[in-house]
Amino acid sequence: MTTTRREWLLTDRPASRRQARLGQSYRTWLTFRSNWLAMVGLGIVLALILIAIFADAIAPYNPVLGGDLRTERFLPPFTGNHYFGTDDLARDIFSRIIYGSRLTLMVVVLVAVIATPIGLLVGTTSGYFGGWVDTILMRVTDIFLAFPRLILALAFVAALGPGIENAIIAIAITSWPPYARLARAETLTIRDTDYINAARLQGASHTRILWGHITPLCLSSVIIRVTLDMAGIILTAAGLGFLGLGAQPPQPEWGAMIAAGRRFLIDQWWVATMPGIAIFVVSLGFNLLGDGLRDVLDPKARK
Amino acid sequence: MSDAATGGGRNGVLLPFLWKLAKLVLQVALTFLGLLVVTFLIGRVVPVDPVLAVIGDRAPQSVYDRVYVELGLDRPIYEQFWIYLQKVLTGDFGQSFLTKRDIVDDIRRVFPATLELATVAILIGTLVGIPVGVLAAVRQGKFTDQVVRVLGLIGYSAPIFWLGLLGLLVFYARLQWVAGPGRIDISYEYAITPKTGLLLLDSAMQGQWDAFRNVFSHIILPASLLGYFSMAYISRMTRSFMLNELAQEYVITARVKGVPEWRIIWVHALRNAAVPLVTVVALSYASLLEGSVLTETVFAWPGLGQYLTNSLQNADMNAVLGGTLVIGVIFVGLNLLSDLLYNLLDPRVRRQT
Repeated sequence: MTTTRREWLLTDRPASRRQARLGQSYRTWLTFRSNWLAMVGLGIVLALILIAIFADAIAPYNPVLGGDLRTERFLPPFTGNHYFGTDDLARDIFSRIIYGSRLTLMVVVLVAVIATPIGLLVGTTSGYFGGWVDTILMRVTDIFLAFPRLILALAFVAALGPGIENAIIAIAITSWPPYARLARAETLTIRDTDYINAARLQGASHTRILWGHITPLCLSSVIIRVTLDMAGIILTAAGLGFLGLGAQPPQPEWGAMIAAGRRFLIDQWWVATMPGIAIFVVSLGFNLLGDGLRDVLDPKARK
Repeated sequence: MSDAATGGGRNGVLLPFLWKLAKLVLQVALTFLGLLVVTFLIGRVVPVDPVLAVIGDRAPQSVYDRVYVELGLDRPIYEQFWIYLQKVLTGDFGQSFLTKRDIVDDIRRVFPATLELATVAILIGTLVGIPVGVLAAVRQGKFTDQVVRVLGLIGYSAPIFWLGLLGLLVFYARLQWVAGPGRIDISYEYAITPKTGLLLLDSAMQGQWDAFRNVFSHIILPASLLGYFSMAYISRMTRSFMLNELAQEYVITARVKGVPEWRIIWVHALRNAAVPLVTVVALSYASLLEGSVLTETVFAWPGLGQYLTNSLQNADMNAVLGGTLVIGVIFVGLNLLSDLLYNLLDPRVRRQT
């Protein structure tokens, strides 16, 4: 008897652990796929990643060097090969946006890579040990939550000096507290369960229980939260760029491009408008993807 | 403490309440202290030499040394923090290196502009957001719900400074429906004697209706924009609270009794949803302060946000930290207020205390 791959995946009597796990992922994927808005989000995010990787092949012009300053400044969209027009230095806006996707992706990835482990570490430690460890760590978390995020990031960038690396550090410093809160709440529900007690009775160390047993269970909700936050991270980075505190010229960062185009808004509207559309589409993509992931992976919030 | 004891003797409810209040006060005090530690530490890691910021880079070494000691930089760090704490608590944030005035005075001067903008914005956000959220909940899954969802998503995804620029381009430059950047036209600037600093209020009280119209035409675009962002949040929360309420048994009972549907929605359910909504509105009011930094930059609005960015771009650290601290304190204050209101309004929470 031959079975199709689909039947093999959806069988209710999996023959191996691997088959069961793959089947489970496939079912999750089917639920996710039925949500077309989430699929649009996934498409946008994948497109962003592909564009960032193949920027050299896609962009028709150099993002930093402009064309002829006498004849090629402020060309409106769709003149020749300039799909989005050119800016005040005769640079092709389309190519700048394509290359800018690398900066955006870098910000998002680095912030997630820095802030998520900090949040997980603080949150799980706080929830697992309880007592004064919990009190102190949560107090520190609350202090960071007491500042509006952009304002705190502004103050940090002011102290560290402008630049995209410092902007990333500043955004990461302001991003971890919600993850810590979330991880702590999850840990509190897990820490007194039987299997954690069983692990403890077997003599597992605190570190082992924290990283081997508790953290993996907190991961899915934290990852959803991080995905949902990515739009906010992009907007904060763009805001810092707009204020001149993020990426510095001539880097093609989208927020900084809007700031540069602001002076020519009335007559050359496309210079400021195009990068804004890029920011909007990408953060919309992350929002849709995050919403979809939450619906699939977090049945508690589905209702 | 003795107050609490006698109160407890008279009335068994008062003691736990006062105990909770004391805990809350302690918590807020600790948070304030934390805010101060953060701003103090940020001030220490700045690459700008605070002495050079005061005396300029041409002063002789003797002056440098004297100012170094005057600023307390020769003392140990905890002593410096102690001095900083005392100064801030007496309302002394130091002088702005840019405006040469006390930072407290500067902030007092720019704050009404931000307050006015945020207040008009939250009014718009609440008055539009709540009905829209209720509507979305009632038509759950239908077309209206989808439209509201998409509008909310746009609010979550669009950069506010970009929408502001587009707004200026369309409504000011092209259509000329509203006035441009700034709070008021220069020709009206001296027509109003500032009393509250809130120009809408001042001009209305003095009967200067031309000036009022001008101010309104200036504020409506940035306020609608900020209001749109808080509307996105408020309507989303209203929707989920209302869905929660509409599934309760008292709604079924009311339906069985024959209460008209509009009454069930707008009176019975909304009243219960209003309690958590107060918290949501207070929180969005606080987050408007954050949105205002970018909006004020775009609209040349002479408020706290613009003051902060100007100081940032000129490396005026005292002003930056002062502004950051003030915003942090307002943020904490509004959070506290929303907590207290929640306690006050929700009988279930009240009974637990």
